[in-house]
Amino acid sequence: MEKQTWIPLNNFFYELGQVFELTIQGIKGIFQKPFEKRNFLQQLEEVGVNSLPVVSLTAAFGGLVFGLQTYLAFHRYIGPGSESQGGPIIAVGLCRELIPILVGLMVAGRIGSAMAAEIGTMRITEQIDALLSLGASPIRYLVVPRILASLIMVPCLTLYGDIIAIFGGFAYNVFLMKVNQTLYVQNTLKYFEMWDISVGLIKAVVFGLVIAVVGCWQGMTTEGGAEGVGRATTKSVVVASIVILILNFFLSKLLPSTL
Amino acid sequence: MSKIRIVDLYKSFEQKQVLKGVNLEIMAGEIMVIIGQSGSGKSVLLKHIIGIMKPDQGQIFIDEEEITSLSGEALTKISRKFGMLFQGAALFDSLTVAENVAFGLRRHTDLSEEEIQQVVRTSLERVGLRGVENLLPYELSGGMKKRVGLARAIAYNPEIILYDEPTTGLDPIRADAINDLILQLKEQLHVTSVVITHDMNTTYKVADRIGMLYDGRIIETGTPEEIKNSRNPVVQQFIHGRAAGPIVEW
Repeated sequence: MEKQTWIPLNNFFYELGQVFELTIQGIKGIFQKPFEKRNFLQQLEEVGVNSLPVVSLTAAFGGLVFGLQTYLAFHRYIGPGSESQGGPIIAVGLCRELIPILVGLMVAGRIGSAMAAEIGTMRITEQIDALLSLGASPIRYLVVPRILASLIMVPCLTLYGDIIAIFGGFAYNVFLMKVNQTLYVQNTLKYFEMWDISVGLIKAVVFGLVIAVVGCWQGMTTEGGAEGVGRATTKSVVVASIVILILNFFLSKLLPSTL
Repeated sequence: MSKIRIVDLYKSFEQKQVLKGVNLEIMAGEIMVIIGQSGSGKSVLLKHIIGIMKPDQGQIFIDEEEITSLSGEALTKISRKFGMLFQGAALFDSLTVAENVAFGLRRHTDLSEEEIQQVVRTSLERVGLRGVENLLPYELSGGMKKRVGLARAIAYNPEIILYDEPTTGLDPIRADAINDLILQLKEQLHVTSVVITHDMNTTYKVADRIGMLYDGRIIETGTPEEIKNSRNPVVQQFIHGRAAGPIVEW
């Protein structure tokens, strides 16, 4: 009985060790030859370019609603005329928290699941065995290009999302609610720092790594036919999303508020 | 001279012991057909021979070089001796037929692009395919996929070709065409072939020798005639496809 209780815990730590090993191999593989340039370029397009529409939409509405709530808060609690002070709060909140999280969750849903499904299908149709039989490493051929593309593209998408979202918050306050444009911009420039953008980008690098490693890991360990691929796909989104949310708190706590 | 020698091979997955001491010797240039029930561990054995799986215990010698302890570049070097046709062909979905066939060549040879294209054409012609270079795997029929898989396996002149259920899922005519190809490739390329199957038509047509895998061991080896005349009731039940007999596992 006692032995059985420990089995899930042992399995969890065993799996965690395997994921860690995959992460190390994946990162090491970036600096080793042969580099799968074609797969890397495909993944850059898949992770980056093809995610632009969903990131644009999410960031725009994220910025609009953040602008709306900040306007309401200043209008209600500080008083009419104070709304222009919301500019830096909107920019800092969006760049440090909301946009990295939204982009991370969106990319986990769109790309992490696709990675798990594609590699999982390759696994159950013996394409991964075929790679090995042809002397190619599945880590270098499949995992390394996906990790590198995510490490590069998730921060790029976050930066792009920051710009769209800040403009969304600005547009709501200045164009819709007629807040004083000059004061809004002056306040924003006075209190908003490059470090705020950097914090979001550091988070995005970590989230990119999490999305790629979880997606690839779920794919590489897929078992049990089409049902197994479905399970791996769902699990990749759930696990990556939870890890992103947990890590976000710790990164927010650890990274200094200003430099 | 033995090309492949398997000594006391054991493999288990979680609680299930699949291989329980396999011993087998395959001579250079022969076609060895390994027969056995579905799920008896035939594919597992094949994946050990090519080095994709590591045994719990036992040794495999290729040209008298022990391979189970190899990894990295040393294993890659040995894997160049092999070509493998997978059960479902295992073509890479995102690559065209030509790119699939050229996959090993691009990684392991210094051939120019023009030479690679020439080898791709020759390999495809050897398996009876023309004008399919730019098609994607989903555009091919089951039989064509197997042929492309075979073209990929022979593209860089392997010394050993492994066939995992080469005729499964094919109609009898296409299956026989694949059997003819196995024989042709043996004649043309002088390769050693290992075929695993439960199709007795294929077995009798292509085999120089047959080995039967049952309960994790090779229980009998011999020429097709010797196997037909075997006194082992398990072998007799299997080759005649009888439901009643000592084999009761489902």
